[in-house]
Amino acid sequence: MAEARDYRAIGTRPVRPDGVDKVTGRANFGADMTLPNMIHGKVLRSPHAHARIKSIDASRALQLPGVYAVISGADFPSGAEGEISGEGGGTVSDLAKNIMARDKALYHGHAVAAVAAKTAFLAESALELIDVDYEVLPPVLDVDTAMADGAPLVDEHQRTGGGQGDAPSNIAAITKFERGDPEAGFAAADVVVEGAYRVPTAHQGYIEPHACTATLDEEGRATVWCCTQGHFDVRSMTAGVLGKSVGEIKVIPSEIGGGFGGKTVIYLEPLAVKLSELTGRPVKMVMSREEVFRATGPTSASHCRVKVGAKRDGTITAATAWLAYEAGAFPGAPVGPGCMSVFAPYDLDNFRIEGFDVLVNKPKAAAYRAPGAPQSLHAMESTIDELARKLGMDPIDLRLANCADEGTHAPYGPTFPPIGIKKCLEAAKAHPNYTTPKAEGTGRGIAAGFWFNIGMQSSAEVRLSEDGTVTVMEGSPDIGGSRASMCLMAAETLGVPYNIVRAHVGDTESTGFCNVTGGSRTTFATGLAVVQACEDIIAECKQRAAMTWDIDADQVDWTDGEAVPKPGVNIDVAPLSLADIAGNAGRTGGPILGRASLNAQGAGASFSVNFADVTVDRETGKVDVLNFTAIQDAGTAIHPAYVEGQMQGGAVQGLGWALNEEYVYDNNGVMENAGFLDYRIPVASDMPMIDTQIIEVPNPSHPYGVRGVGETPIVAPLAVTSNAVSDALGFRISDLPLSPPSVLAAIDAHDEA
Amino acid sequence: MSKVHVVTNVNGEPREMLCEPQQSLLEVLRDELGMTGTKEGCATGDCGACSVMLNGRLVCSCLTLGVEAEGADITTIEGIAEGSQLHPVQRKFLEHAALQCGICTPGFIVATKALLDRNPNPDETTIRYWLAGNLCRCTGYDKIIRAVQDAATELAHEA
Repeated sequence: MAEARDYRAIGTRPVRPDGVDKVTGRANFGADMTLPNMIHGKVLRSPHAHARIKSIDASRALQLPGVYAVISGADFPSGAEGEISGEGGGTVSDLAKNIMARDKALYHGHAVAAVAAKTAFLAESALELIDVDYEVLPPVLDVDTAMADGAPLVDEHQRTGGGQGDAPSNIAAITKFERGDPEAGFAAADVVVEGAYRVPTAHQGYIEPHACTATLDEEGRATVWCCTQGHFDVRSMTAGVLGKSVGEIKVIPSEIGGGFGGKTVIYLEPLAVKLSELTGRPVKMVMSREEVFRATGPTSASHCRVKVGAKRDGTITAATAWLAYEAGAFPGAPVGPGCMSVFAPYDLDNFRIEGFDVLVNKPKAAAYRAPGAPQSLHAMESTIDELARKLGMDPIDLRLANCADEGTHAPYGPTFPPIGIKKCLEAAKAHPNYTTPKAEGTGRGIAAGFWFNIGMQSSAEVRLSEDGTVTVMEGSPDIGGSRASMCLMAAETLGVPYNIVRAHVGDTESTGFCNVTGGSRTTFATGLAVVQACEDIIAECKQRAAMTWDIDADQVDWTDGEAVPKPGVNIDVAPLSLADIAGNAGRTGGPILGRASLNAQGAGASFSVNFADVTVDRETGKVDVLNFTAIQDAGTAIHPAYVEGQMQGGAVQGLGWALNEEYVYDNNGVMENAGFLDYRIPVASDMPMIDTQIIEVPNPSHPYGVRGVGETPIVAPLAVTSNAVSDALGFRISDLPLSPPSVLAAIDAHDEA
Repeated sequence: MSKVHVVTNVNGEPREMLCEPQQSLLEVLRDELGMTGTKEGCATGDCGACSVMLNGRLVCSCLTLGVEAEGADITTIEGIAEGSQLHPVQRKFLEHAALQCGICTPGFIVATKALLDRNPNPDETTIRYWLAGNLCRCTGYDKIIRAVQDAATELAHEA
């Protein structure tokens, strides 16, 4: 079991190995690829939220000089089968229909055709010459309408749970968790609080649009360059959509300009390969920002109802949750994880959780940082805040009275090993930002956050150069400093300085399989593979030293980066450093490599507690965040600056969702704010500094105690904001976003009542 | 439509190119000159990833036409370091972990240098409003602001 201990490399804050390339403009991102003879692809998108595609006629487009090919759904194999591995899940069949519509366009922006032409400008001009005959159908645009009897059907073949018996429904799946006797628990309660909460559709908002370049050679082998969170998954998804084998596709990841879950799926890659196949030339495709908003993964809008009962001393006696999430046009809203998260910070005997995965005519939801948890925990943590008010208890004390701890039987099944929620709550209570009373006229809100974290498959190879420098090769795209974390763990394990270790992200043919950079798994699982590969190196180095000294390998220790004879082994030799052994490797058996591959278990649940002070301008409805404090259990912070960065970035993403971000639709299902001017993510002048405190409750399943830290930070800020605004106003606004128009409307409605 | 011959000066070097009349300066830099350090995040002037200096003014190169570069002095991210020496702003971004994915970083660094060139001692509010045209989705801005403050301090000591 990992224990807090002194490390030499871990816990320091060195410059990341890929840093210089990223501050000089040399780093190559998705759109930076250029190949000889390259042409450009563009996508024609549905102008209707729901329409039957009666015919597509590309003849006028193909007459335009410099237009090489036009493709549509008919160019792709039908009957693609199989499940998608990785974080989001889903079927290859739905993926294939999402990236190119077949008989129906299911949302405004759904791809219906694609063009390859000499320039991007020409390809775009050609789109206007493709004639599509649509039969426009009524769209269904929100979760409540979609669940009502007689709603238009997004998919006439969809039955709840995938069965054949019942009538078609927009409800793709229902999830249920139950324990104890919730009704008896409510009957035993002194106080019962319940509420309904709506959270709007929000986009991951990565600054880099999706981009890829693809070629197909004369033997049918494809090479794809793209920005992705997981190139091995791009390979299998592209193969699935095209009906190829994964062995026929090589995927080379570029640097990635943000993903937050949205680049765990694909949109362009099979189209680019198909266009390359038809034209015999490399094809580059880059989305516009408008396409990113209209056609790539937002997360689900949701309608959540939560009810909590408690004794007068704060002990929770029962809780229920009813969670309905918009999946978009295909099944797969993150309502399962929403259900599993909603009560996770608490130790409950009696609860019932129901979740509904609901089809609507909007883009297919993709993973977004702790998918599903921000919505359901916004409802729960708002309800807990109301409960604290009714009981007259400090909201931290109420949470401490009920929080999960080591040994708690989590609502979603497992029994928790050591977890950090209690320490986070205690740290919050003692934090100077909390012990300082809030200023006159401000509101303070507090909430807890949670994410499971995942393990999954990773591989790593570690190689010694002849001068003893260390190369780490792994397959997890570095989305926020993970190369630095890999180098720190390798340096710690080998006992060598950080600056002689370099980590690289290999393509699908130069390194072993790694699942996506997602689920907060990279530092945990790929890090574990790196540590094990370094241990492999140490074992080999001990062998080589033993050979040099003519003793047995089990008589050799590895200390501070050197092989030394074990205490009591009576030989007079100088220690052999990594460089000594590497330099002599040719005479002791050849180059020294270490490797590891694994399916990591025991990711270690992650908890946070956040709080903030706000003001609300009653004339304009504008909410200002005065300060924000993020406290989170990182297990062990490998590179604390990048852990803080995750906490700060997640906080601001959550604040953006709480304060401003939402997809605004007209009655026909057309998104009206598909650009950064109108879909306003937080800018520097909107935000205060984000204070952080890292708690370290080591994860027993990792040699250095790592827990993933990337996703939990976005969860708590939604309820923090709601609770702080409610505190400032003296009444609750249940729905997000708390944008000036909606806050002003709520103030007016409250003043009238 | 025939291409336009443009003579310009990029990072102190004279450059000649042929550009389409509708091409933005961003497209010309990236596609005609192969200088891909300047990034496209939106192409509508909202995100600042394409920030460059044009005749001493900070502009979004996506909102500037390539033909407007005729006779101009342009500074891009590729021209911020002096030879093999990183500019203090670049170094402070690294030391403060002020980048995560790095796609917005070139724009932030160009915009920060533009700020410090004209105001060597900005307060936090000034920095936040100056950089409000540069979107970062990863960092929450905290470490970026601290890197800028630290770079300003270092530049003041050097001066």
